[in-house]
Amino acid sequence: MFEQIAFYLFSILTIGLFLVTVLSNNILYAMTSLASGMVLISGFFFLSGADFLGVVQLIVYVGAVMALYAFGMMFFNVTKTIKENNTSNVLVFVLGVSIALLMVIMFAAPISPEVIFASVQPEPNTTNPEAVGLVLFTKYLVPFEVAAVMLLIAMIGGIILAGKKMDQSLTKTDDENITQKDIK
Amino acid sequence: MDALVIGTIIKVVLVLLVVSALAGFGTYIERKVLAFMQRRLGPAHVGPFGLLQIAADGIKLFTKEDIIPQNANKFIFSLAPVITAATAFIALSAVPLFPTFVIPESLPLIGGAIVPSIIADVNIGILFVLGMMAAGLYGPLLAGMAQANKWGILGSARTAVQFLSYEVVTGLSVLAPIMVVGSLSLIDFNNAQTGGVGSWLIWQQPIAFILFLIAGFAETNRTPFDLLEHEAEIISGYVTEYSGLRWGMFFIGEYANMFTISLIAAIVFCGGYGDLGFIPGWLALLLKVTFFFFLMLWVRASWPHIRPDQLMWLCWKVLMPLAVINIVITGIVVMI
Repeated sequence: MFEQIAFYLFSILTIGLFLVTVLSNNILYAMTSLASGMVLISGFFFLSGADFLGVVQLIVYVGAVMALYAFGMMFFNVTKTIKENNTSNVLVFVLGVSIALLMVIMFAAPISPEVIFASVQPEPNTTNPEAVGLVLFTKYLVPFEVAAVMLLIAMIGGIILAGKKMDQSLTKTDDENITQKDIK
Repeated sequence: MDALVIGTIIKVVLVLLVVSALAGFGTYIERKVLAFMQRRLGPAHVGPFGLLQIAADGIKLFTKEDIIPQNANKFIFSLAPVITAATAFIALSAVPLFPTFVIPESLPLIGGAIVPSIIADVNIGILFVLGMMAAGLYGPLLAGMAQANKWGILGSARTAVQFLSYEVVTGLSVLAPIMVVGSLSLIDFNNAQTGGVGSWLIWQQPIAFILFLIAGFAETNRTPFDLLEHEAEIISGYVTEYSGLRWGMFFIGEYANMFTISLIAAIVFCGGYGDLGFIPGWLALLLKVTFFFFLMLWVRASWPHIRPDQLMWLCWKVLMPLAVINIVITGIVVMI
């Protein structure tokens, strides 16, 4: 009973919030609804008993959207609405609807409950993190390690791209020594 | 209704009331302790020892005009303080506070209700608490961006910087004790340290403890790291345009977070609510929390603010490598 109420509440809120993300012209509304939608998705994990994944969803997306806010702050005036220059509304509509339809068909195709089953049964008497860890480090070890290597490459790339002048700090330089070139 | 449901509701109301009141009392203690350390008197005029200053401040906050600036985004502006306060209390819902007890049957209406130790007993308590506290930083971020004020924007830019710096350190520093205990549940942490002072995790994980405290200071926005509202540089940062109760809600959230960090430090590293010699467990926990709270005020009185670039340097170049090395060593020791 409580679970059903909570499920529908979370569903309506999540869909509504993501709609705001897509439809709003205001960068502050868009990002705030994105962040709260991501937080609410963790509610579904909690409802289905996957506490660990729920918290991971919470922690990961809170940080990720926070970085997005930083970009929003740098590129836009957040208190004003933004004029979007769409060349063709028809194109946007057709592409959006067809992609959404494709996703729905892909995920809703196995609609009968017999087709849906867990490919890995969780070990009995394990807690949530243990069960995730067992599957991750036995059956899915290779994808896990590949993902780790990819993240490492991305991190090194980020450091190389951003770290050209890492050793000199603008804060510590005297004002008269800062040229226009440094600020750019 | 179920005895446990009634008990949980009672617990929720208790925690809300007690922690909100503690926030008010915390400001009084903070002003008194700071005054003592700086050889001043602190609040002294209203009531005995200035104790009624809390009531005076409360009345002032509640009755002050609530101003929303003209160009601000009104909805987000009013939402931001609620986020800070709400996430601080949601985080508290997964922390064990005082032992479980049953209300005697003789009482009308609520007799026989079981008041649980934890409101929501998730078996990954520590991650939930830290994640929820991290979500709390959206309050300052949104507040600064919504108020159409340059100091506010600077405050929220600093929020993002601070969040992205300390969050890694918080996660990595609690990872080592998690590896030692082998569980994410705060109750298991408590049970792993029942063998007196010698079994406290602080002796096995001193580096993790210090890293966690430093990151916790940054998380609760306390003084060496209170970049978000550094008065000397950016007026009040994210709270520049706030007044009245909305302003107060930010600080209720901040004090609740201080309380939560103190609790986590006490439970994870310092033995939790286990009995301490002749001192009963609940009193021992209270004393530890009080000590950590005092430590935050002590640090505020004795350390200067640091700059944002110094915070980033500290977190990414000093604390994070230390935390990683600590994890590697812990892993080797645990494996042996």
